[in-house]
Amino acid sequence: MRGGRRTRGRTIARWTSFVLIGGYLLLPLIAMLDFSTRAPGGRRTLDPWLAIGQDEDLIESIIISLQIAALTVVGVLLLLVPTMTWAYLRVPRMKRPIEFLCLLPLAIPAIVLVVGIAPIFAAIRRNATGSPLALVLIDIVLVLPFVHRALDAGLRSIDVATLAEAARSLGAGWPRIIAQIIVPNIRPALLSAAVISVALVLGEFTISSLLNYNTVQVVISLLGKRDAFVAVAVSLGALIFAFLLILGVASVTPSGRRAAEENATGEPS
Amino acid sequence: MTTLTTHADGDAGREGVAVQLIDLHRYYGPVRALDGLTLDIEPGELVALLGPSGCGKTTALRSLAGLDEPDSGRVVVGGRDITHVPANRRDMGVVFQAYSLFPNMSARDNVAYGLRLRGIEAAERYRRVDELLDLVGLGHHAAHYPHQLSGGQQQRVALARALAIRPQVLLLDEPLSALDAKVRRQLREEIRRIQLMVGTTTLFVTHDQEEALALGDRVGVMSAGRLEQIAPPAELYDRPRTAFVAEFVGLTNRLPGLAHEGMVNVLDSQVPLLDGSAGAGRVTALVRPEAIRLVPDDGAEARVLAVSFLGSLCRVQVAAGDGTLVVAQVAAQEARDLRPGVTVAISLLKMPVFATGA
Repeated sequence: MRGGRRTRGRTIARWTSFVLIGGYLLLPLIAMLDFSTRAPGGRRTLDPWLAIGQDEDLIESIIISLQIAALTVVGVLLLLVPTMTWAYLRVPRMKRPIEFLCLLPLAIPAIVLVVGIAPIFAAIRRNATGSPLALVLIDIVLVLPFVHRALDAGLRSIDVATLAEAARSLGAGWPRIIAQIIVPNIRPALLSAAVISVALVLGEFTISSLLNYNTVQVVISLLGKRDAFVAVAVSLGALIFAFLLILGVASVTPSGRRAAEENATGEPS
Repeated sequence: MTTLTTHADGDAGREGVAVQLIDLHRYYGPVRALDGLTLDIEPGELVALLGPSGCGKTTALRSLAGLDEPDSGRVVVGGRDITHVPANRRDMGVVFQAYSLFPNMSARDNVAYGLRLRGIEAAERYRRVDELLDLVGLGHHAAHYPHQLSGGQQQRVALARALAIRPQVLLLDEPLSALDAKVRRQLREEIRRIQLMVGTTTLFVTHDQEEALALGDRVGVMSAGRLEQIAPPAELYDRPRTAFVAEFVGLTNRLPGLAHEGMVNVLDSQVPLLDGSAGAGRVTALVRPEAIRLVPDDGAEARVLAVSFLGSLCRVQVAAGDGTLVVAQVAAQEARDLRPGVTVAISLLKMPVFATGA
């Protein structure tokens, strides 16, 4: 009797917190949707949303930002996966210094980074085409702390040393060990790292703006001064994109419960 | 303790290579993991390396596998010096203590992995994989992933995976220590059966003396990075050459005695001394519990303190007349009259014993 009351109490508390937190997160989004579909005379319109497809600067900036995001993900994973695997396997004493280096961008304000890196970008502009894709270099630095955290959790979840030694004894060299053994077994961590990186790059404004590159956030900001409705529609679209990305990752990553269920089907010897 | 007897035609199929570890040294800072280890393994032989934690047995196995490089010394396999050959070019099948199946691959793909790296074509590869999974009794679990297999099953697949590449040497690094007692015994016997069948030279590392004595053609006892003694299990047990081996392998009573001309007087019995024992004067004799006889005797001074029933045997604790604690192992039938408080006469069977300085 008392147990039933306690369970009911817990259910109510769970739903209350779910509704409160959900409302807190959803209200601004609903407000954005409301604002971006508002038309004079209390009517509704989809014009700002349709305008997204007609604004060439905006489309170009979205494409550039997506390219930067993709290259950042590839770059940061190519840099960190072998480095961290190597540290885990061969030089565990380097784990701390690597963690320290990766966390530094969290402690250094973006403006300081820009001041430091601006001369390098000036040289890039002089010697290269001035493509905004050069931002990949700085975005890789910006996402390092988050990617490091995700990969660290992934590498801790498997016995990297034993798996690598087993593969070596069977004849695999290091590149093969990383590609065929380590990477497939830290797939959830890689996906999380990729999603976080994409979300961060798509949301990055300060550095692109200070270095005069027209990424999607910079264009949204300029657009906001010209047409606030379209700017809000693009922002909401970007949020929905990030949400769908996370949902997609969650659906291809086995959850804790599913893994436990799979375990339960194992037959004892 | 059961020592599995070799199958009558077990030697016929042997085709392993000889292994030599020559004067291996490996230091981790001040710790001497290997301190001049020399070990010869005959082709097709299964040598069990036994020793306490930190004695260097796993380092020896890892040096042979190429997973650890010795500071000095040589590793020779099949007459070829492979000391500096990387692990992935050594052709060693290794089964680890920790579960080491690749979680992203099914049992079949795990076993096929080494063959795939060797470029064996798919049909031949999977024929051999199925054959090996059948050999370890898991043919019907081929499609299962590691998380769907029990610990014992995972180690069997790991064994099949190690054997699939037809390794020059099979290395087993405490592969049974994470398993429960029953599965452990079963798998131990299977490992021996399979090793005899395939005839691969095998090094088995363990801290469990029962496992080592049951599996090894010869058992090497290691201490502080050195090999104390290597011998067939029965010889190691009956004729230890050092005090460490006598005490580490099996149960031992440390009893005061008086040595003279190759004999020692212990508990009023004269027994021969093993080679390498302390020669004369007061010594400590290391006597096996099964070498002690107890006969109920009202006039005797020794008294039974406790009796533990072990199935076909009983272990009896006795306080000798001078207070020395003696542990004897007798057949359960003989132990019927030995109850706590009963006085007994103690004598020693004429089995040679090892003695150290008192």
